[in-house]
Amino acid sequence: MSIYINKDTRVLTQGITGKTGQFHTKMCKDYANGANCFVAGVNPKKAGESYEGIPIFASVKDAKAQTGANASVIYVPPPGAAAAIWEAVEADLDLVICITEGIPVRDMIEVKNRMRKENRKTVLCGPNCPGIITPDEIKIGIMPGHIHMKGRIGVVSRSGTLTYEAVGQLTELGLGQSTAVGIGGDPVNGMKHKDVLEAFMNDPDTDAVIMIGEIGGSDEEAAARWYADECKNKKPVIGFIAGVTAPPGKRMGHAGAIISGGKGTAQEKLAVMEECGIRTTKNPAEMGKLLKAAL
Amino acid sequence: MKIHEHQAKEVLRKYGVTTPRGKACFTVEEAVAAAEELGGPVWVVKAQIHAGGRGKGGGVKLAKSMDQVRELAGNILGMQLVTHQTGPEGQKVRRLLVEEGADIKKELYVGMVVDRSTQVVCLMASSEGGMDIEEVAAHTPEKIHKVFVDPVAGLTDAEADDVARKIGVPEASVAKARAQLQGLYKAFWDTDASLAEINPLILTGSGDVVALDAKMNFDSNALYRHPDIMEMRDLDEEDPAEVEASQFDLSYISLDGNIGCLVNGAGLAMATMDTIKLFGAEPANFLDVGGGATTEKVTEAFKIMLRNPKVKGILVNIFGGIMRCDTIATGVVAAAKEVNLHVPLVVRMKGTNEDLGKQILRDSGLPIITANNMAEAAQNSVSAIAGN
Repeated sequence: MSIYINKDTRVLTQGITGKTGQFHTKMCKDYANGANCFVAGVNPKKAGESYEGIPIFASVKDAKAQTGANASVIYVPPPGAAAAIWEAVEADLDLVICITEGIPVRDMIEVKNRMRKENRKTVLCGPNCPGIITPDEIKIGIMPGHIHMKGRIGVVSRSGTLTYEAVGQLTELGLGQSTAVGIGGDPVNGMKHKDVLEAFMNDPDTDAVIMIGEIGGSDEEAAARWYADECKNKKPVIGFIAGVTAPPGKRMGHAGAIISGGKGTAQEKLAVMEECGIRTTKNPAEMGKLLKAAL
Repeated sequence: MKIHEHQAKEVLRKYGVTTPRGKACFTVEEAVAAAEELGGPVWVVKAQIHAGGRGKGGGVKLAKSMDQVRELAGNILGMQLVTHQTGPEGQKVRRLLVEEGADIKKELYVGMVVDRSTQVVCLMASSEGGMDIEEVAAHTPEKIHKVFVDPVAGLTDAEADDVARKIGVPEASVAKARAQLQGLYKAFWDTDASLAEINPLILTGSGDVVALDAKMNFDSNALYRHPDIMEMRDLDEEDPAEVEASQFDLSYISLDGNIGCLVNGAGLAMATMDTIKLFGAEPANFLDVGGGATTEKVTEAFKIMLRNPKVKGILVNIFGGIMRCDTIATGVVAAAKEVNLHVPLVVRMKGTNEDLGKQILRDSGLPIITANNMAEAAQNSVSAIAGN
């Protein structure tokens, strides 16, 4: 049916009272089952108030206790965002999606370290990501809902608009999506390509996956190698890597998109993906077509 | 954000790292005065630019007399220093670091970065100091020792001593090396650095351990909590177009090609650049207008792109999500009129209010070439500049 989120997910919004939080909370609430899914907001100074009919609580713990929320979406500004992630983790939510862009890397190192050491069950998506959508059921994040279509293709990507690009191509070809996941462009983040790929491989309602990567790091290679070892021939995966033309040492917008020490080039990633049975294209306008051919 | 060597050494000294005594100088007179104040038989005159490879490029020289200090300072100040990191046009030297000479017995390497896969700070150390560490990593990876530092415990005594021994620090100097390594880690952590490097870290004849060179970069997202580091920013070392763009919240990087691109989103911007190359041309820049582009932002983006004399055409690629295509179209039309656009403009728009956006472009009366997808946009751009 989908991965991570569906029509039964109950979401609380941290940072619901800011301009961005308000705008996107309304858009999410208006999408598919959103009115039932978005059950709470959190702001310690505005507990007892509400936004768009959504009650606001003083803490994540309170919001969870009162509404049964099991997921959170974070729009809190960068200086307080890592603390907001930790608050959601401490409240034992199943999933935290952090949209916030510009969180200091050190803050993320600290929060991720605590999550690992305390063996926390909460799954983190992001930060600096568009969020997750299961079309016609629920949208948690800032992606445009209307370009999506319900179906059986999984999409995972580090980049927001490039995810929309892939989704738009699929929808035009009549190929709907099971879930589309934007994992974000920061160097220290939550779920990786491999985690999302594994979830799609285990999802009975996903038939094939588009995996979109970027220069920097080696997450795409790790996902490709896992696929080759565990799941090759199970479901087709096709890929694209942005940044063939990016020069070494220059950061391309995303904090993680940089070729350093000769590592993390697009060529290297594409070669590993091909070697692992993931068909790739160098033409991002052809992602949808390539996937259709692979079905 | 990058800083100069003399500034990095200043930061590191606060954390107990030993460096040679020295002073930053902006004129020949200051350089001579600094050398006199330092005293001693030899001085090192070092060009201060943000790029690496200064020694090979002729920007680091040894002086054995005051006359030589004067001569070298005169030669190096104002020179266009070309290194493998500056590009062929080089970087103008505007300041020097004059330091006392050092008695080098052995050169080591230590560096720190954030490791993405383990999500902690990684200390890298090697006995092969002074060299290009990327070469060492490529050819003799066994000579690079790594320590993944626990964020709560920090770099422990045992870890520091162990790595010091592995890179060949003699027993009598291990305690001194430990202080250097722990100081480097503490500095990295406290200042929100993204990279810190001492290359070379030297062993002297008397057994001291000294940071002969230093390099630090910082996480730009954390600068708000480090006003002292922020003050060290040297705009002379940065691309003026990139500085200007950042004032308008545009993420811009100059490149060598001739098709300017304006895109929303970093990933889509890179993909657009790649598509241009796929169809035989080269992008002139990376430019992400971000999620909240206004007419003013788009106009500034056009101005910045067009200031680059190499630009022969512009490609706008927008996937309208929250940002609507009609908003962008209005911005593009206003910008093209304001800057008197004289090069071909190709626009590809997709997503929210796409039809309205295209209508605005058509009604503008401007010779805008439209495209239905990224590949077509790139092809159109390439043929438009070929026709010019």
